[in-house]
Amino acid sequence: MIELTINGKKVSAPEGSTIMEAAKLAGISIPHLCHCPGIHTNGSCRICVVEIEGMKKLMASCIVKAQDGMVVHTSTERVRMARKIIYDLLISNHPRDCTFCSRNQSCELQQLGGTLGILETHIHGEQSPVRVDISPSITRDTKKCILCRRCVTACHEVQGVGAIFGQNRGFNTVIAPAMAMPLEKVDCAMCGQCTVVCPTGALTETDGMDRVWDALNDPTKRVVVQVAPAVRAALGEEFHMEPGVTVTGKMATALHDLGFDDVFDTNYGADLTIMEEGTELLQRLTAALNGGKAVLPMITSCSPGWIKHCEHAYPYQLPHLSSCKSPHTMLGAVIKSYYANKIGVDPKDMFVVSVMPCTAKKYEIQRPEMQNGGNYNVDAVLTTRELARMIRTMGIDFVNLEDGEFDAPLGFSTGAADIFGVTGGVMEAALRTVYELVTGRPLPGHNLHLMPIVGLDKIKTADITFENVKPEYSFLEGVTAKIAVTSGLKNADVLMDEVKAGTSPYTFIEVMGCPSGCINGGGQPRIKNNVPNYKELRLEALYNEDEGKQLRKSHENPDIIALYNEFLGEPCGHLSHELLHTTYTPRGHFNEYFQEHMQKEYATVMAGMYGEE
Amino acid sequence: MMEANKPAAGCDCQNDEVLLERIRQVAAQQKGKEGNLIQVLHMVQAVYGYLPLHVQEIVAIELGLSLSEVSGVASFYSFFSTEPRGKHTIRICLGTACYVRGGVTIVDALEKALGVTLGHTTKDGMFSFEVARCIGACGLAPAMSIDATVYPHVKADEVKGILQSWYDKDAEEAV
Repeated sequence: MIELTINGKKVSAPEGSTIMEAAKLAGISIPHLCHCPGIHTNGSCRICVVEIEGMKKLMASCIVKAQDGMVVHTSTERVRMARKIIYDLLISNHPRDCTFCSRNQSCELQQLGGTLGILETHIHGEQSPVRVDISPSITRDTKKCILCRRCVTACHEVQGVGAIFGQNRGFNTVIAPAMAMPLEKVDCAMCGQCTVVCPTGALTETDGMDRVWDALNDPTKRVVVQVAPAVRAALGEEFHMEPGVTVTGKMATALHDLGFDDVFDTNYGADLTIMEEGTELLQRLTAALNGGKAVLPMITSCSPGWIKHCEHAYPYQLPHLSSCKSPHTMLGAVIKSYYANKIGVDPKDMFVVSVMPCTAKKYEIQRPEMQNGGNYNVDAVLTTRELARMIRTMGIDFVNLEDGEFDAPLGFSTGAADIFGVTGGVMEAALRTVYELVTGRPLPGHNLHLMPIVGLDKIKTADITFENVKPEYSFLEGVTAKIAVTSGLKNADVLMDEVKAGTSPYTFIEVMGCPSGCINGGGQPRIKNNVPNYKELRLEALYNEDEGKQLRKSHENPDIIALYNEFLGEPCGHLSHELLHTTYTPRGHFNEYFQEHMQKEYATVMAGMYGEE
Repeated sequence: MMEANKPAAGCDCQNDEVLLERIRQVAAQQKGKEGNLIQVLHMVQAVYGYLPLHVQEIVAIELGLSLSEVSGVASFYSFFSTEPRGKHTIRICLGTACYVRGGVTIVDALEKALGVTLGHTTKDGMFSFEVARCIGACGLAPAMSIDATVYPHVKADEVKGILQSWYDKDAEEAV
């Protein structure tokens, strides 16, 4: 521990604390802007400057370490004036359109003005050149950017993608892809982690609400909504509820109140994914153990940010990806076929909306691969944040809503589906089904949990040994499958480099594009600095949902069984392949697509690596 | 965008492939050395003449960096160019003396005559148009230079004639 004096108070702080952290311990809060714990700490905005006795210059308290005997003043007149001038300079190059900005009342720059007591500005002049870049997932509006570079840190350091960086210099500086190209043309995964950390409206999800409002108001449209598992663990935060409070019932009521004709659950799609993906895994294992051709490890394909990253960074490893569509596109395909038939509605008159913790899914739904019979599987994606905005707009008193239910027949799910929203969940759900199919016994472990893969570690591994198997799986007797689970694209790269080198020891790998999985997705409520353990709380919420259910294995879902009996036939059967499985598109290392000369090479190289199809 | 950044007219594609291979080698030799990006970009620009996107991509891949970072550095420093250089370089002085004596009106006249803004190269590849912060000829303000030739006391209506004289000179030399 070290001792220092802040504003006349004696403060003890652990060695290595910054002045800002030490001040917090003493109950002194220092105004700050670019500082974002765990993401970005490079002191670029200077709002948090303080006076330190014996030092001439004001110092950024978010990066300067507290030292024994230091005497710090955090709000002298000199400090106050410095902050005001810095704020004045920031705001002089910022549009004054707060009342019609998507971050109105949640903008950190706006809030800082209040904190600093700014009542007028003095600096007026020319503003930096403006570029607005609208990709299917993310909208960049450079006039609202304050160059704090949190997004650059999120993209480079957290995700390891590096799609955006400061371009040009001085007044012309802009955070953008190389040569200020549009996001859609480069190797952006569309994960949206940049939109979660952006303090202003410079980086946001591309609006999906307009089209949803239009559909809701169109009497000729049957408007169907589905909600991903992770949304229920975080939506309440948008209404000032504590992180980790699940709002499944209130959410169902709100969606009915918004006017959706059918309120379904992407969890149903998750149970369906397990049937398809589990079967695919068994097929690949069967082929491999019987001396046939099979690409292993198989890698999960639920996360469209991960998929796009893999297409750019590992185009030659695409056959490792499961051919399963993501759960919400699977459900979209089922809604526009099985359910459309059932209720006698032409799929063309249906409008399917997915509420997702994700921005990448906005990109995913407009991929040419995601359609059947000329209809897109899903018509619009809303983020958790956008759903909250629609609920507020409708004047719904969310916190006091009665609990409602999802609609039949695509609203019932097992506990296995709930944990799809957190790192390790897809793997555990798959193994609950695969292990039981093979051995006839439930997955061993604590309360159906495979403990080594529960939690927020970056890379988690486990061994599963199949013993006393059913006769039809005799070839699996005594076989140990090594599995790995990771989340965040930078961590995925670690496992993928092994796959690329041919040294991966694993049979099955789960990858989620965002760190910790969908609970921390790019479309989720923004990080609350006052609740540093929000990810753990959201994780617990999903495991609680799982444990609270009677049925916790996807293959036990009676409505899934009915779907196969009435419609699909069998998992990975002909109709499944048509509706629920997909293909992938190799992309350039830095470009949207392969350059021409590489396209020709690609087919040859792939034939050499994996044999002719 | 990539098309626009291909080398200017008269590109010999075989020669281009040779240059790109040299760039690959130059960059590959520097792999893993910290803080070497600026140095590599200098060497690469010396080989290729400028740093178009497809050249930046080679540098990024060989050094294991993101393209956005390479482009960020290339666009930050004024001595890197992402456009082909013109045959001749015009430097308009905007040092204090030239500025107060009307340097900006000469910039306007040049932009009009050249059809490009400051910092760019004319479509015909003849001139690159840059700004200089004092060329040490304050007594001659406002001044500009084309390659090593200094033009003193430039007036806006003289600009066209000056540029034409360079076309004439090149035409004579070509004969």
